[in-house]
Amino acid sequence: MEIFGIPLQAFLGQLMLGLVNGSFYAMLSLGLAVIFGLLGIVNFAHGALYMIGAYVAWGCLEYAGLNFWVALLVAPVVVGALGVLIERTLLKRLYKIDPIYGLLMTFGLALIAEGVFRDQFGVSGQQYPVPDLLQGATNLGFMVLPNYRAFVIVASLVVCLATWYTIERTRLGSYLRAGTENPALVQAFGINVPLMVMLTYAAGAGLAAIAGVLAAPVIQITPLMGSNLIIVVFAVVVIGGMGSILGSILTGLMLGIIEGLTKVFYPEASSIVVFVIMAIVLMIRPAGLFGKEM
Amino acid sequence: MKFTKIAMACGLASTLALGTVGTAQAQISGDVIRIGIITDMSSVYADIDGMGGVEAIKMAVADAGGAINGKKIEVVFADHQNKADVAAAKAREWFDTQGLDMLIGGTNSGTGLAMAKVAAEKKKPFIAIGPGSSALTNEQCSPYTVHYAYDTVALAKGTGGAVVKGGGKSWFFLTADYAFGTALQNDTTAVVKAAGGTVVGSVRAPLNASDFSSFLLQAQSSKAQILGLANAGGDTINAIKAANEFGVTKTMKLAGLLVFINDIHSLGLKTTQGMYLTDSWYWNKDAEARAWSRRFFEKMKRMPSSIQAADYSATANYLAAVKAAGTDDGDKSLNQLRKSKINDMFAKGGYIREDGRMVHDMYLMQVKSPDKSVEPWDYYNVVETIKGDVAFTTKAESKCALWK
Repeated sequence: MEIFGIPLQAFLGQLMLGLVNGSFYAMLSLGLAVIFGLLGIVNFAHGALYMIGAYVAWGCLEYAGLNFWVALLVAPVVVGALGVLIERTLLKRLYKIDPIYGLLMTFGLALIAEGVFRDQFGVSGQQYPVPDLLQGATNLGFMVLPNYRAFVIVASLVVCLATWYTIERTRLGSYLRAGTENPALVQAFGINVPLMVMLTYAAGAGLAAIAGVLAAPVIQITPLMGSNLIIVVFAVVVIGGMGSILGSILTGLMLGIIEGLTKVFYPEASSIVVFVIMAIVLMIRPAGLFGKEM
Repeated sequence: MKFTKIAMACGLASTLALGTVGTAQAQISGDVIRIGIITDMSSVYADIDGMGGVEAIKMAVADAGGAINGKKIEVVFADHQNKADVAAAKAREWFDTQGLDMLIGGTNSGTGLAMAKVAAEKKKPFIAIGPGSSALTNEQCSPYTVHYAYDTVALAKGTGGAVVKGGGKSWFFLTADYAFGTALQNDTTAVVKAAGGTVVGSVRAPLNASDFSSFLLQAQSSKAQILGLANAGGDTINAIKAANEFGVTKTMKLAGLLVFINDIHSLGLKTTQGMYLTDSWYWNKDAEARAWSRRFFEKMKRMPSSIQAADYSATANYLAAVKAAGTDDGDKSLNQLRKSKINDMFAKGGYIREDGRMVHDMYLMQVKSPDKSVEPWDYYNVVETIKGDVAFTTKAESKCALWK
């Protein structure tokens, strides 16, 4: 059996790989959506935070001998703390002015972070081994899927759903959402809005760090790994609808798959297909697929 | 208006400056010998050239005493961000306003071809070191271009020839989708076919693709014996990494068509052992190369790539030519360079051909297994020295109008 001229087995294999990449898009775009939704900041430093997450994992192993599972806890905490620092010292001064300043500020931070890591570690990058528990591969019949990649899909779905649940279904989440609608009123009810905003940015940064740790064994850890990915992730957020949490998760997975299939049918276009879709979506539904019309 | 005054002052100053350049043209223009390098300083190729390349050039300048006949030698550098238009614009600016005397072209063939055109228009020497595309001395050859270190033809003949000879008859290419990748794939295809091999397919991946697994599954389903990696830098690294992860290396052998020592350093010997590769130079190839490399290591804390060694050699030989000719005039210094033999730690008996190709020996090498490596950066065994006259494009194959 063939689909569009390629064997079914190969087709399913490519779908699976698309899903793996989509998991990364979903996790990163989720963090961006949360930060934009609650802070109104277009966080261009997201790719840099993802990169730093990967370097923290590498550093844990290299200098302290801490394994992957420990790094999966340490990296979000370290990068989250960095997020607190960024929010407290820089971003909080920008909430009342044009959003373009937040964008410029975070873009500048990303350039600085990249430059510092490039100077320190070079661009060829560092190796990170796949954790022992997830070594090897499973034969799915239509493809041989490395166990680690299967783990990435599961882990990212767990992280995404936990975030969505926290924001949409818990009391804390309802405070957060109310805080973005009308901060003064929520503050009047005795809720510390600036603290919530700070923790939200830290959580978004932590999400990026988790994605970075998950990516470390799969790709070369380089200072550029964030900027290679971040533009695509922004397109994902725009297609899904700025600030829509469930939308960014679904769009991330979907675009991963579409991009994966493009790599088979017309590989040269695989780096632009996401942007073509973005242009089409913006023409038809300017608020994004899952966004609400303002 | 204040602004007009400042503008007038600037205009006057630059006219005066230009005036000085004009009068001194006979010998050393502007009373300074200015060498520029435009390369990738910040992206995928920054480790194989980048600041290390600038440092190598500065070492050559220092070894020449920092001045020729009392005229200072100056080095300027810029990042082209792998964009051909940025490279060409910077080259033009330097030639027009900075009195640049010689331009060294760093990595990336797209930028190299663009800079070669500007240099030809300005009648100034352009020494291409990082770019690999053989078009620089073929269809697009120019009397002002010298292609110094390697090219895609030599890589193809070296690695392609050795692999087919070793029994790797059927090939599938994973190619970087730009000038260099295409050139490398075409040149290797010609070598493979001439040796009786076949090419069963290829896939073109965008430059800096972060995930190669999809392309590798396509390669695997082609059932070819050899996966030719017609890419470079980070792309090669990520492709080799994914090939190991997905078990592609169990059914196919990898042939890295352009692999630098920094890539091996970054991937580790465990992943890369046994791989064949062709390069123009290796830091551990002889005592002279080792001695220079240890000096470089002192400054950069890593061993030099072949490109960085060539940056040094090209600068040193150009400066020697300027000294011998007594002028940094484009035509005269280049004529002198063409007349001289290149004998240093980079090349022995090297010479520049009519098409601009610097002809010298190339090396087919194999990556050592981890237990055979006795010190950091000790990565290769030199398997075969490929003589210069067979390594590069032959006169019969050449499409360069200057070499007929």
